[in-house]
Amino acid sequence: MRIPKSALLLAAAPLLSGCNLVVMNPSGDVASQQAQLIIYSTILMLIVVLPVMALTIIFAIKYRSSNEKAEYKPDWNHSTSLEIVIWTVPMAIIMCLAGLTWVATHRLEPYAPLQRISGDKMIEEDHEPLVVQVVAMDWKWLFIYPEQGVAAVNELAAPVDRPIKFEITSSTVMNSFFVPALAGQIYAMAGMQTELNAVINEEGVYDGFSANYSGAGFSHMRFKFHGVDEAGFEDWVEKARENEQPLDRTAFLKLDEPSIANPVAYYSSVDPELWNAVINLCVDSNDLCQNDMMMVDALGGGGLEGIHLRDVFAGICSAGNPSGMLSRIRENRVTARADESEGPLSLSGIDIAGILKRPGDTPDLADGNVNLNTDK
Amino acid sequence: MSNATLPAPQDFYVRQEPHEGEHHHETGTMLGFWIYLMSDCLIFGTLFATYAVLGRNFAAGPSPADLFELDMILVSTFMLLFSSITYGFSVIRMDKGDLKGTMIWLVVTGLFGLAFLGLEIKEFTHLWHLGATPMASAFLSSFYTLVGTHGLHVTAGCIWLVVLLAQLKIHGLTHENKRRMMCLSMFWHFLDLIWIGVFSFVYLAGVLV
Amino acid sequence: MAAADYSRWDPLFGKLSWDIFPFHEPVVLVTFIGVVVGGLAVLGTLTYFRLWGYLWKEWFTSIDHKKIGIMYMVLALIMLVRGFADALLMRVQQAWTASGGDGYLVPHHYDQIFTAHGMIMIFFVAMPFVTGLMNFVMPLQIGARDVAFPFLNNFSFWMTVSGAVLVMISLFVGEFSTAGWLAYPPLSGIQFSPSVGVDYYIWALQIAGIGTTLSGINLVVTIVKMRAPGMTYMKMPVFCWTALCTNILIVATFPILTATLVLLSLDRYLGMHFFTNELGGNPMMYVNLIWIWGHPEVYILILPIFGVFSEIVSTFSGKRLFGYTSMVYATAVITILSYIVWLHHFFTMGAGANVNSFFGITTMVISIPTGAKMFNWLFTIYKGRIKFEVPMYWTLGFMLTFVIGGMTGVMLAVPPADYVLHNSLFLIAHFHNVIIGGVVFGVFAAMTYWFPKAFGFRLAPFWGKVSFWCWLIGFYLAFMPLYVLGLMGVTRRLSQFEGTAYSIYFVVALIGALFVAAGIAAFLIQIVVSVRNREALRDTTGDPWNGRTLEWSTSSPPPYYNFAFTPRVHDIDSWWQMKQAGYERPFDRFEPIHMPRYTSTGIILAGIITVLGFALIWHIWWLAAVTFVVAIAYAIDHTFNYDRDYYVQPDEVAGIEAERTKLLAAEAASK
Repeated sequence: MRIPKSALLLAAAPLLSGCNLVVMNPSGDVASQQAQLIIYSTILMLIVVLPVMALTIIFAIKYRSSNEKAEYKPDWNHSTSLEIVIWTVPMAIIMCLAGLTWVATHRLEPYAPLQRISGDKMIEEDHEPLVVQVVAMDWKWLFIYPEQGVAAVNELAAPVDRPIKFEITSSTVMNSFFVPALAGQIYAMAGMQTELNAVINEEGVYDGFSANYSGAGFSHMRFKFHGVDEAGFEDWVEKARENEQPLDRTAFLKLDEPSIANPVAYYSSVDPELWNAVINLCVDSNDLCQNDMMMVDALGGGGLEGIHLRDVFAGICSAGNPSGMLSRIRENRVTARADESEGPLSLSGIDIAGILKRPGDTPDLADGNVNLNTDK
Repeated sequence: MSNATLPAPQDFYVRQEPHEGEHHHETGTMLGFWIYLMSDCLIFGTLFATYAVLGRNFAAGPSPADLFELDMILVSTFMLLFSSITYGFSVIRMDKGDLKGTMIWLVVTGLFGLAFLGLEIKEFTHLWHLGATPMASAFLSSFYTLVGTHGLHVTAGCIWLVVLLAQLKIHGLTHENKRRMMCLSMFWHFLDLIWIGVFSFVYLAGVLV
Repeated sequence: MAAADYSRWDPLFGKLSWDIFPFHEPVVLVTFIGVVVGGLAVLGTLTYFRLWGYLWKEWFTSIDHKKIGIMYMVLALIMLVRGFADALLMRVQQAWTASGGDGYLVPHHYDQIFTAHGMIMIFFVAMPFVTGLMNFVMPLQIGARDVAFPFLNNFSFWMTVSGAVLVMISLFVGEFSTAGWLAYPPLSGIQFSPSVGVDYYIWALQIAGIGTTLSGINLVVTIVKMRAPGMTYMKMPVFCWTALCTNILIVATFPILTATLVLLSLDRYLGMHFFTNELGGNPMMYVNLIWIWGHPEVYILILPIFGVFSEIVSTFSGKRLFGYTSMVYATAVITILSYIVWLHHFFTMGAGANVNSFFGITTMVISIPTGAKMFNWLFTIYKGRIKFEVPMYWTLGFMLTFVIGGMTGVMLAVPPADYVLHNSLFLIAHFHNVIIGGVVFGVFAAMTYWFPKAFGFRLAPFWGKVSFWCWLIGFYLAFMPLYVLGLMGVTRRLSQFEGTAYSIYFVVALIGALFVAAGIAAFLIQIVVSVRNREALRDTTGDPWNGRTLEWSTSSPPPYYNFAFTPRVHDIDSWWQMKQAGYERPFDRFEPIHMPRYTSTGIILAGIITVLGFALIWHIWWLAAVTFVVAIAYAIDHTFNYDRDYYVQPDEVAGIEAERTKLLAAEAASK
């Protein structure tokens, strides 16, 4: 399926030589296939578009009113055979294009693991992709490397020819993670994770940015993507480690404050729970994690008290028996309410330390008998 | 299209207008109002769709089973169903040319409508006092908005009904008033239909599932 | 730059206070002074020539579909100037910053400008243009005397004006939205946009949107119920078919916009959780809902324009439209398909390959009927006698430009290709290619084509041609560089750039925008020149182009009752057939004509609603409550008015018709 480079150049040449059409001439295999798709679809459509444009001009000139010699048939307005042609030709082309679309969309599905490194290099069976966790923030990008235990702001690096799996989220509004030289974009949205699988085939420094408008600092929400060799990647990780600044919840919350044109920064280590907290919008530990909330919802909701006592469900998602835990909490609340119709609710008698343990740090909840005031 | 088949020159206009006035206008208004109802239906469709998507996002708060009291809802449902029936009676009286009967049944319809609204307000204030406000979760936001929008429509219907009563009192069963009767009738039955959807989709499904 | 403080609230003035007036922004201040001086000049002129009474009596309170149509066009032209000024500001900023400068607009201001540009161009330029055209032309084409609900028509128009007024107020009182023209949450939510900008956006759209929905209902009923005897659906002019489909789309989609905006305002005003990140809200819902409205909206704009071109091509080729039936079916198919393509606006949200390819393919399928239309126009020209009048210039410009836009559109419909093109300047170039190359060219063609019908004299062709060439060259200069920039990986809505690699393209685009400015100026000059030379350009026949449809059978401008006798239709292109058959105008035995009365209710009610919108935007609750109650009471009061129509007496009709007979005789004698 790979079309010759010359054809690519030929298509790009009239568009101005010298300018860097990064979308049409990228350095990653996924983006290359996407660029080829643009060319194929253009060629397919030119089959109709060019004749239409030519005929428009030819007819307009030939049948101008000053040309008395041209045939004039004022009542000719129907021709079945012509009608068949004008419907079937576009239809045939669209059918080809639809087939191409179906195949290409499935092959280039951003969530699916890569099938190949490049046109002539297939992927090895046991190959593990490099995982990079991406957080879009106001207005900068945070990249976390869970495997290497480092993180960087506004700078991304990856070894060439190694598949990369981006896990993408946002701590703010919707953004779009886009490195044109590498692969197409995908939205970054708060409270959920999107994914992008890609690979870079040539060393170099490429532009990356948010492709979805996100507010005042949007123009500067840019980063450099370094495609480097294995050794270069090791060096890059080392450089990050040297910085001796850990990325924990506090550091994340500080970074999360809106800032424009944030300088590149590195973090030497990353709290392993952090990513989970980011996608579940509970880095600030006063918030109930989205996954806990969704677990409670899936089990039928937290009851009326849940409005004021959301915190009590923290950690339910990772509990061994969530539904058992939920019913114990709720039952207990009902009895608590029956026992003391006035005054604060109490959860005395159940194993708070066991069931309320939240991954990370909630010492105030974990030390046994807690009073949960309704007006919290 | 040859000249032989061309109509005669005077066949290109209508000399005697077949009193387009009254009847024509009537059906146009009914069609227009019907299209309006369809567009309103789409508003409800959007709200139903929103409820379908967000209706189980309790945000660790209450679910329908914690909140809805089906017996009260059933009572208010019957209020609305009865009001539709009594509106039907009113239209029957109208067709018979009985102004007084029309108006009496309209008043009855309005009272049923007000009873329905009263029950809805009671339900909302009750929920609000429990803390289940529309701000508490996406489920409650979509619930209040869907049911509340229906309630606002019933309120508008009641106001319209009062206005129509005044107009009937002033002008009697004229063409215009009959047309308005029929439009309000469509509106009223439409709200009934929407309510059936709300009742089964929000309340019944919420409590039973 | 720190914006004004919008967190304060006062029971009497709501959020209004002195510091919300943008005196500190020089660009806004200069605009403000310009608008005030210009506005005072206009008001002064109107007062000096004592035109207020005339305007009020003959125009503002008019329920004549022709006058309302013209007023829509005037509104659209005014807003075109505003929206285009925004475009020019953006072009200058981008050319400046891409060439290494710092620009003159801070992000907060730039973001307002592109939001306002998009929203104004769609809702207050393209929509009123299209609605105005349908209002003016369609009833004439179906041989009706007015629309089905004339009062509602007037009210719909003033609701649109009301929305436009609110947007214009936002220039100087407070600020406009910075959330983009579709206001995606969570960015448009109260957490990330706490100022009044998004509220201006919401209420302007909400008010104008209600007007549009009502107008849609009105025109559907008009077409269904008020066609002249003999005009079956398959004998309707194509423009009426496209108007029917467009208005069906309006009725079937604008309620979704209304509901979606209500949900967004509930989030913002009451703190609900439809589209928030927290407590179960889902911003992706909004994106879906807004595009379920938004994509059909695109077809709402372009379908009537397809109708316009069908009329023009056939008139100026002196030939019946090729493939009428397939044209009708193509229109209907596009109408239906436009509903199942919305997801192509966010392939990059991660819906999965099956969903993405489904929506990609449905999108491509739309190009089949559109292609068929293109061929139909082509074969209408074929073996015709093309008169190169100005409308035909626009039409040929459209045919050559639109296919390019269609082609890039299909490229964007291939999901993996869209992953690299989405949100880029390539996308911007694509939709300007179809909207300018399609809608704008079509509107200018239509205005030139029907101008003599509306005012009784033609537009001076020279300035029309100047306008056309400026627009055509300007369009290509302004947007071809954007295609290239998109392929260079430049995304939309940027106010600052790194380096100067893009400089030349943005500078060329700016030059293109200046050409377009010249095109707009040439059109305005054309109107002035034509008004001054109106006697030379006078159309006494009522049929200046040797037209084919019924609007050309009556005088220019038509009498307020349109037709002395309702026409009877036997075939497509009925006026053409009437001319072939040697039709003669009836001179006597006129009948009384049933017509609606003018009313000021529409403009007053819309005025009250404007104040209501303003009060809601600024959280002035007492004023909102008062105006709401007054608006309801006033509307109810209107329903107690049973005296809404009257009969034009035969004498009066005879007088007007005799006048025309004289004119026609003089015309015939002079030949």
